[in-house]
Amino acid sequence: MAEKAILYDATKCTACRGCQVACKQWNENDEFIPTIQNGVNSTNRGSYENPIDLSPQTWLKMRFTEVEPSGGKLRWLFTRQACMHCTDAGCVRVCPNGSLYHHELGFVAYNKDTCTGCGYCIDACPFSVPRYTRNIITGFAKMDKCTFCTSQGLDRIAEGIEPACVKTCPPKALRYGNRNDLVAEAKSRVQVLKLKGYSGANLYGENELGGLHVMYILEDSPDVYGLPVDPQISGLTAAWQNVVQPVGWAAGGLMVAVLGLNWLVARRAGVNKETK
Amino acid sequence: MTNHWNDIANSDCVMAIGSNPAENHPAAFGHITIAQDRGAKLISIDPRFTRTSAKADVYAPLRSGTDIAFINGMIKYVLDDIDNNPDNYNMTYITEYTNAPYLVNPDYKGPADLEGLFSGYAGVSNEAENSKRKYNKSTWQYQKDATGVPIRDMTLQDPNCVFQLMKKHVARYTPEKVNAVCGTPVATFLEVCHTFAATGQKGKSGTILYAMGTTQHTYGTQNIRSYCLLQLLLANIGIAGGGINAMRGESNVQGSTDHCLLFHILPGYLKVPVDADATLADYLKRITPTSSDPLSLNWWKNTNKYVVSLLKAWYGDNATKDNDFGLHYLPKMESGKDYSHISLFEAMNDGIIKGLMCWGQNPAVGGPNSNQERAAMDKLDWMVVTDLWKTETAEFWKRPDADTANINTEVFLLPAKNSWEKEGSVTNSSRWMQWRYKASDGPGEAEDDLWMTDQLAKRLMKLYAEEGGPSAESITKMDWNYGAGHPDVHAVAKEINGYDLTTGKLMNSFANLTADGSTSSGNWLYCNSYVEPEAEPDAPIPGNRSSRRSLEDGPFNIGLYSRWAWCWPVNRRIIYNRAAVDLDGNPWDEEHPVVKWNPAAGTSGAWQGDVIDGGGLPMNQGGHYPFIMKSDGHSSLFGAGMAEGPLPEHYEPWETPVDNAMSNQTSNPAFKIWHPNEHGTSDKYPIVCSTYRVCEQWQGGQMTRNMPWVIEAQPEAFVEMSEELAAEKNIANGEKVIVESARGKVNVVALVTKRYKPFQMNGKSVHQVGVVWHWGYTGLSTGDSANLLTPHVGDANTMIPEYKAFLVDVKKV
Repeated sequence: MAEKAILYDATKCTACRGCQVACKQWNENDEFIPTIQNGVNSTNRGSYENPIDLSPQTWLKMRFTEVEPSGGKLRWLFTRQACMHCTDAGCVRVCPNGSLYHHELGFVAYNKDTCTGCGYCIDACPFSVPRYTRNIITGFAKMDKCTFCTSQGLDRIAEGIEPACVKTCPPKALRYGNRNDLVAEAKSRVQVLKLKGYSGANLYGENELGGLHVMYILEDSPDVYGLPVDPQISGLTAAWQNVVQPVGWAAGGLMVAVLGLNWLVARRAGVNKETK
Repeated sequence: MTNHWNDIANSDCVMAIGSNPAENHPAAFGHITIAQDRGAKLISIDPRFTRTSAKADVYAPLRSGTDIAFINGMIKYVLDDIDNNPDNYNMTYITEYTNAPYLVNPDYKGPADLEGLFSGYAGVSNEAENSKRKYNKSTWQYQKDATGVPIRDMTLQDPNCVFQLMKKHVARYTPEKVNAVCGTPVATFLEVCHTFAATGQKGKSGTILYAMGTTQHTYGTQNIRSYCLLQLLLANIGIAGGGINAMRGESNVQGSTDHCLLFHILPGYLKVPVDADATLADYLKRITPTSSDPLSLNWWKNTNKYVVSLLKAWYGDNATKDNDFGLHYLPKMESGKDYSHISLFEAMNDGIIKGLMCWGQNPAVGGPNSNQERAAMDKLDWMVVTDLWKTETAEFWKRPDADTANINTEVFLLPAKNSWEKEGSVTNSSRWMQWRYKASDGPGEAEDDLWMTDQLAKRLMKLYAEEGGPSAESITKMDWNYGAGHPDVHAVAKEINGYDLTTGKLMNSFANLTADGSTSSGNWLYCNSYVEPEAEPDAPIPGNRSSRRSLEDGPFNIGLYSRWAWCWPVNRRIIYNRAAVDLDGNPWDEEHPVVKWNPAAGTSGAWQGDVIDGGGLPMNQGGHYPFIMKSDGHSSLFGAGMAEGPLPEHYEPWETPVDNAMSNQTSNPAFKIWHPNEHGTSDKYPIVCSTYRVCEQWQGGQMTRNMPWVIEAQPEAFVEMSEELAAEKNIANGEKVIVESARGKVNVVALVTKRYKPFQMNGKSVHQVGVVWHWGYTGLSTGDSANLLTPHVGDANTMIPEYKAFLVDVKKV
């Protein structure tokens, strides 16, 4: 099946944050907004940007950056901060039980029910996206991040409709479609931007980490927007998947085999007992 | 809008001034994005670098309240360029379609001669007495020939012709003066000039998108006029991708204005009768423009038909020829008296008005000088608030400093239904009347506005019939019949369209309305919107053209979408479209023709494209002048009807930190000053302040400040300021500060940004800040209202309050 993706064109985004709110609305991420008696306990910290960071209830937020090189023109850059849905996804590599996995359409889906809250994915993500909370009563922890609108019971993709953020975007800065088509479209857009004078225009995510499923059209270098220029899976994460996990799986397999042998031996013993 | 939202995509250059569409019209911004994809340039002119500026090709800062100096500077650039490169402009349009060639009374004198004033001022410069703050306009009139037709000099050389007077008027607005007044760097100003002036070429188009940043000044109407002048000189009115486009701040502001939300008009922009109108004939004579020129269609000559049809719609059989069709049932204004928002609250404050119905409005947050407006509510006997929420107005006695022991106002709250909880139409900025359906029931006892109006009318009619009272017939003689139960919204829409009272059939066009009482129409502009089913059989609601939803592009594929909904007048998508063609009826812009004369069509030729403005033949074949709503048929570069002068002249806001660099006349000489004692001066309040909205919140805030997701996105009221001002005041980003004016003070978060810069004007540095105005003391998210700071002064022509330029100081808490 053709891989799907989201294309975010930062040069068209007006940072209205319809996506940020639509994400919360669709995914029912509202119940944890702290309220006080006479108002919502959220503060302006001297920026249009709020909340201040991603959280288990905020899977997508817009980032605002004022850039003014000396002697150059002021720019107000808007960026989307959410899961990039990597092909070579550190989180999928480290997830011990497959709660994070690649959807057949390419992006990183998530089964919250089976998440054990180990938190390995948090360290493994080169974009610093996953967040987790620990329930203070039960002690259990769960991770949260953008699921590409495929959360159980709220799966838009299975219904053939675009993710909620894309649906709501007024200037159509967010697009959803076949990844190959979006890459082609993005490349021609980058050419247009270069002709308009944005010499640094680029497509981010075509090849990074084996290809991202959320790609950005940027008018400047990714680091100006706070994105890693050449995102990499850390050596430890790779080692985890390539060394520790195989050993773990081998150990686990060995354990299962030993248990099975044990059961067979015990059964044989039982059978022997019955026949005696 | 002269044009419409989708048409912005046709533009070659979009100039957003006095507006911030990315912030306040985020959905509509998509049309600008399409234009930019086509290669259009976006110019953003704003005191601070906004979300729109972030997407713009050119950003020009200007100090709040200095649009006229900026635009007059642009007009000077264009007029100078016309001298040097006339082929880059559409001179036929300027001479044939505008009043540029008209000769003005030789006694007329302008600010260049009279130190900032025009001839005929009743007072002296900076006159403070309200009775003398006005003009005798006799010297502003045109010279006319023996038949009463204005005399024109088609060479535009006569020193008394409008073109030459305009040239003289704007000659003073050099780029250096623009810099001295607006604080715009000269190079940036010139970049705006040559970018936008390039749309003066035949076949090119430029649009101006404006909003409240333009209108909410003591000279807001002149701000708009300055844009009109520029657009006319660039031949940008009437064409695709052009126009003067007011982006409305709410979904149905256009509709409510069309249906006479304002005090000075009846539905369809008919003037309100005054006490001096003793008879219908007197009234019609006063309000009906005349023209002696056979080539001027002077559409408003039909005023009598629209007035009588309106009275027939309202008073039915009780409106007869013998009783002036019930004209005298209507309330009449006292001649010269003003009944606008500020005046009403002044009258409440003075104890003259005792009761208030506040319907979908929250003046305790949105009204200027809101401390005073809240206090005025203390003095009322009763108040009815109709709203979705308990607004600050509904709970005005809960404001922080209220003296509750001395408030005796009885308050009634009528819970209302939201727009998706009722059926009806809204009319958007594009003048599109769009039918909407009920999607869900309202909560609790909420009712829709139509039900409330119907109940009020029925009960008032009964009470007046039983008990009588002053002007009882105004109510008892009404033809009120929309059903016994819930009123039928279709019956209302049909009445607005109007009937042929002889046949009982719905009218198909206002062209057929009559003045003899045989037709009715609740709003002549909406005649043609709801017709007999067989006249519009394919609409989802047959006959209801506003229910149409065809996605066909429409004539000439320029995005008219002529069968999507319906727009006034008579579904004309671009008004003044007669100006989109040359004298032979051929489009100036072959790529985006709006209308086109096809001599081969029909028996003797016909217009194709959009619904043609006024019909008839092309001008070269004896057709009329293009601007049919102007009595002379030409668009007005020179506007003798304005309060403060026929040409826009720069004045400073009522409160200003600088002298007027253009003349000794500091502020607009013609607006009314209510409270001279509340005038802030720059020694105490040196910083210019403006108020505005943010994308995440909405108006007075009740619809968004009760919505946790949105509150989280934009949680608190803030004041934006430059890094330079913050350093001077030792203010850190994110800390609470006090912003104070001569009227009040607010405690808000400081948002320190590179996007505000001090204005450098003639060596003087001036700071500007901006406060968002959505907050108040009720709802989930509360905070101080920015309108505690704003003054009770308004535009000289419309009285729209000055929300955009006043003086404050900023301090650490």
